[in-house]
Amino acid sequence: MEHNPPPFFVRGPAPLVRLAFFASLSLALLVLDARFHYADSVRSVLALAAYPLQQVARLPVAAAEGISSYFTSQSQLREENELLRARLLATAQGAQRFEAAAAEASHLRRLIGAAERIERKSMPAEILYSGRDPYSRKVILDRGSQHGVRAGSPVVDEIGVIGQLTRAHAFVSEVTLLTDKDLAVPVQVLRNGLRAIAFGGGASGMLELRYMAANADIENGDQLVTSGIDGTYPPGLPVAGVVRVERDASYTFARVLAQPSAGVERGRYALVLSSEARLPPYPESAADKGPKARKAKRKDADGS
Amino acid sequence: MGPDRPQYILLPVRAGTIAASFVAALLLNFLPWPDLALAPDFVALTLAFWCVRQPRLVGLASAWVLGLLVDAGNGVLLGQHALAYSTLAFCAIALSRRILWFETWGQMLHVLLLLEGTQLVALGVRLAAGAEFPGWSLFAGPLAATALWPAVTWLLLMPQRRPVAIDENRPI
Repeated sequence: MEHNPPPFFVRGPAPLVRLAFFASLSLALLVLDARFHYADSVRSVLALAAYPLQQVARLPVAAAEGISSYFTSQSQLREENELLRARLLATAQGAQRFEAAAAEASHLRRLIGAAERIERKSMPAEILYSGRDPYSRKVILDRGSQHGVRAGSPVVDEIGVIGQLTRAHAFVSEVTLLTDKDLAVPVQVLRNGLRAIAFGGGASGMLELRYMAANADIENGDQLVTSGIDGTYPPGLPVAGVVRVERDASYTFARVLAQPSAGVERGRYALVLSSEARLPPYPESAADKGPKARKAKRKDADGS
Repeated sequence: MGPDRPQYILLPVRAGTIAASFVAALLLNFLPWPDLALAPDFVALTLAFWCVRQPRLVGLASAWVLGLLVDAGNGVLLGQHALAYSTLAFCAIALSRRILWFETWGQMLHVLLLLEGTQLVALGVRLAAGAEFPGWSLFAGPLAATALWPAVTWLLLMPQRRPVAIDENRPI
């Protein structure tokens, strides 16, 4: 006769076995996510499940902000109004000059046969909160794929680039800031057109220009703007100002640090630019061309 | 719950209480904290509490699912918190009988170690994935969470400490 223990004593697999099971499951997910990006669909479903909680969690803060803005004093408003008026005047003048210059530039471009620069669509968005991850520098915007934003779009504020939209969920999206260690922006020195790549400096809040030759023509105070050759960022957006250049003869590369121009770590509103860019296709390399050309030739030989 | 102190006989816990406490902890976690490193991880704290108090109801499976939710909500690597919380649940269950024997201060010391260990697992995962070390303030969050342990104990045991209705005709 078979003898089973009473159900009170049945407790499933041993704790260590369970730990091994769940730990290996987590490790598998980690590798899939970090190396192969296979877990994106799982992530979007889970993010949708967490979305209502996130919205409810934001309510008290939003309410406090609403109340404090309601009780803004009149003098403060008047002051701000005057400041904005003055700034509007200044920018209006700049805008008129810009229009004239843009018309002239497009005329000249037509003359030399270059493709006309397309106007990018932009979408204003509010920064909800900074990402809850001390290891990276991200903010969450209140626009998601339902509103038409796409991963990869550049994000700017009124001064310059603040980062790139790296993940679009249904109703919110994540922006990786310029200062994140994993973000690189192709830039150009405004003074002499020297191209470089700016990497985020992490916790220091600075940008680093890596792989700059020790004798590169770059100085303190140089302005860096996007070069636009990557097709992601439109050219000419301010990115950073160089604050320190260290040239050490014992290293091949100079150490160049730059301070972001835009309010990367502050500010409430941002503009998401569309990432559509009209880039010509890559030219076929010699390696690609070789066998194809040979094949074509062989076909010709067969045909004849 | 030492031998020389009076003990309450608690009512059996309801699954609804546990679920509601986890939802509340997730809510608190998703609050827009100004400094992330100093903010306590409420989910880890609640998980440690239930693993210590109810090791047969809350275990590694719930820890893993909670970890995945936190990962997706925070937008970090999927599996980072799942791994850390599974380890936390395992250690808390293994230590549950020992921890309950201590008074509040002794319990807090154990919980501090558990939570710092959780943070250490997450740190190891991120360093392996190529992130840089974000600074020692990372270990201040578990300190803040440990300081909340007495409050959490008081709050989460409240539903089980309901006074029994007085019955005049009871024999004893």
